[in-house]
Amino acid sequence: MNTNLSVEERNNYQNTDIIRKLLNTSRTIAIVGLSDKKERASNFVGSYLLSEGYTVIPVNPLKQEILGQKCYPDLKSIPCPVDIVDIFRRPDECVNIVKEAIEIKAKAVWMQLGIVNREAAQLALNNGLQVVMDRCIKMEHGRFSGNLHWAGMNTEIITAKKARFI
Amino acid sequence: MSEKRKFGFETRMLHAGHIPDSHTGARAVPIYQTASYVFDSADHAASLFELKQYGNIYSRISNPTNAVFEERMASLEGGTGAVAVSSGQSAQMLTMMTLLNPGDEIVASSHLYGGTYTQFEHTFKKLSLKVTFVDPSDIENWEQAITPKTKVLYGETIGNPAGSIFDFESVSALAKANNIPLVIDNTLASPYLCRPMEWGADIVLHSATKFINGQGTAIAGVVVESGKFDYTNFPAVSAPSIPYHNLNFYETFGHYGFLMKLRAETLRDVGACLSAFDSFLLIQGLQTLSIRMDRHVQNALAVAKFLKEHKMVDWVNFAGLPDHPYHERAKKYLPKGVSSVFSFGIKSKSTNARETGKKFIEALQIFSHVANLGDSKSLVIHPASTTHQQLSDEELVRAKVKPELIRISVGLETTEDLLWDLEQAFHAISQ
Repeated sequence: MNTNLSVEERNNYQNTDIIRKLLNTSRTIAIVGLSDKKERASNFVGSYLLSEGYTVIPVNPLKQEILGQKCYPDLKSIPCPVDIVDIFRRPDECVNIVKEAIEIKAKAVWMQLGIVNREAAQLALNNGLQVVMDRCIKMEHGRFSGNLHWAGMNTEIITAKKARFI
Repeated sequence: MSEKRKFGFETRMLHAGHIPDSHTGARAVPIYQTASYVFDSADHAASLFELKQYGNIYSRISNPTNAVFEERMASLEGGTGAVAVSSGQSAQMLTMMTLLNPGDEIVASSHLYGGTYTQFEHTFKKLSLKVTFVDPSDIENWEQAITPKTKVLYGETIGNPAGSIFDFESVSALAKANNIPLVIDNTLASPYLCRPMEWGADIVLHSATKFINGQGTAIAGVVVESGKFDYTNFPAVSAPSIPYHNLNFYETFGHYGFLMKLRAETLRDVGACLSAFDSFLLIQGLQTLSIRMDRHVQNALAVAKFLKEHKMVDWVNFAGLPDHPYHERAKKYLPKGVSSVFSFGIKSKSTNARETGKKFIEALQIFSHVANLGDSKSLVIHPASTTHQQLSDEELVRAKVKPELIRISVGLETTEDLLWDLEQAFHAISQ
C-alpha cells in the first residue's frame, strides 16, 4: 500500500494490532475537517463510519450539521468523551489539533492517508495517545471487517479460522 | 497476529481471499450463484449505490465468489486489488477504457497475441484510440513512439508467439520518467513464474482461461493493479465522475481508486462480468498453480530439446533453451522457467511450408489441435492460418509469425508420450 513513512515509522504509526484494537474498542470518532460536500473523501469516510455503527462527531467551524450530526467548531466544544480524533486537515494544522485532542483526553489521533506530521505524532505519543498516520480509517476498517474484500481488494488476511469481526 | 507474517506463494494460492464464513464454516469456496443481494435498509441501498459503503448490489458489478478469485489474484501478483472479468480480451478493453479518453494513445510492443493486436489496431480505432506498435527489442523505439498523448505502455511478459521476454527494467523506467502506467499481459508466465509488479509494472492482466484455470473449462480475465501509480494528474482516472456526482475516484479511494473506477463505472457500463461458477473453476485451478507450472516447465524443456535435436526441425524458438537470444533475460525475470508455450518450424522439402505444418498437426495423436494454451493437456496450433490469420503479411513479420510456425503449449502428460507423439507425426509427414 502507498505510504510516505519508513519501515520503522510504519511499525509505530500503521501497526495493524493497534489499528484493529482501536477500531474494535472505539465507539465515538470526531472527524476534524469533515466536509458537507457529498463527493469529498471525508464525507465518504464519515458516512461509512456512521453506517458501520460508530458515533461520528463532525468538527467544522463553518457548519451547523453534517451527515445529520450536530457539528462542533473545535474539539474542546464537544460535550461527550471522544475515542478517536480523525484528522482531515493540512499537515501543518495537525500539531494544534493534537494539542486539543490531548486536552479532551481522546484515546487516539488518526491522521488520514497523505497527512504526515511527525511532530504531531510524537506529541500525541508522549501524552499517552495512540497514533495512526498516513492511513485511511475507512480503508483500514474495510480491510479488517472484510468489507473491502467485497470490492476485490487485497486485505492481506490469510486464515483458516471462521470469520470474526475486525 | 496472522496478517503480519508474509505467507508464501503456495499458501496464498490456497488461502488468500477466502475466510470460511461464520455460519456454515464451508471449507471450499461457495458458489454464490445469485444475480442480486438483499439490502439491509433503504439507507443501506442508497449508500451502496453511492459507493459510500462496500458491499454487493448486483453480480454484474461484484459477486462473493468472484471476490475470492479477485483477492487471491491480487495477493499472488502482489497487487492492491483485482477485478475479474469475462475474458482476457475484456480485461484489456476495460483497462484501456478506464485509463484512456478519446484521442489518447497507447504505445505497445508488436510482439503480441493476434487477438490483442486486432483489438488494439481495429476496435480501439473506433473508440478514437491510437495504438503505435514498436519493435520491443530496442528501448529507443519505445522512447521515440511516446507523444504527449501517450497514456499507456503495453507489452506481454512472454510475447505470444514471438517468444521474446519483456524488457521490464528499461520500459518501466521509461514509463516512470514519463508518468505513464505500464500495463503487462502476464498470461503466459502466470504469477508463479513472473510477477511484473516486482519489476515496475503498474497493471497486470491475464487471460485467466489459460494457466490460471489450467483445465480449459472457463473463459475469464482479470485486471490486477499495484496501487502505486499516482493518478493525480491523470484525467481519465482523477477527473470528477459525472455519474457519481463529481466524485474523484483517486482522491476518495486512493490506491484503490483505479480499480474502484474500473468496477463501478467501466465494468458496470460494459457488462463484461464473470459468472460465479467460472470464478469457482478458476479458484480450483489456482490451488494447484505452482505444481502445474513446475511440471509444465519440465515437460516443455524436454520437448524443446527433443525438437531442437530433431533432423526434421528447422528452428525452435524457446527462451528456456540456453542458446536463445532472450535466455539471459528470461533467467532474470523468470528464474523458475519460461512457461511451456513456444514455437518451432519444420524443414520443408516442398516450398509450401504451410502445407507441411498442417499435415504435421493432423498427424498428432496426443497434442490437441485447439485455439487455446495453458491447458493441462498439450495443445498445438498453426497461428498463421488461425489465431493470427487476420494479420497482413507485413503484420505477421512484425509479430514474428512465420508461415511455417507451429505453436505448442506443452501439458502435463507423461514426457515420453509427448516425445513419442511428435516423433510419430514427423514419421507420418516424411512418408
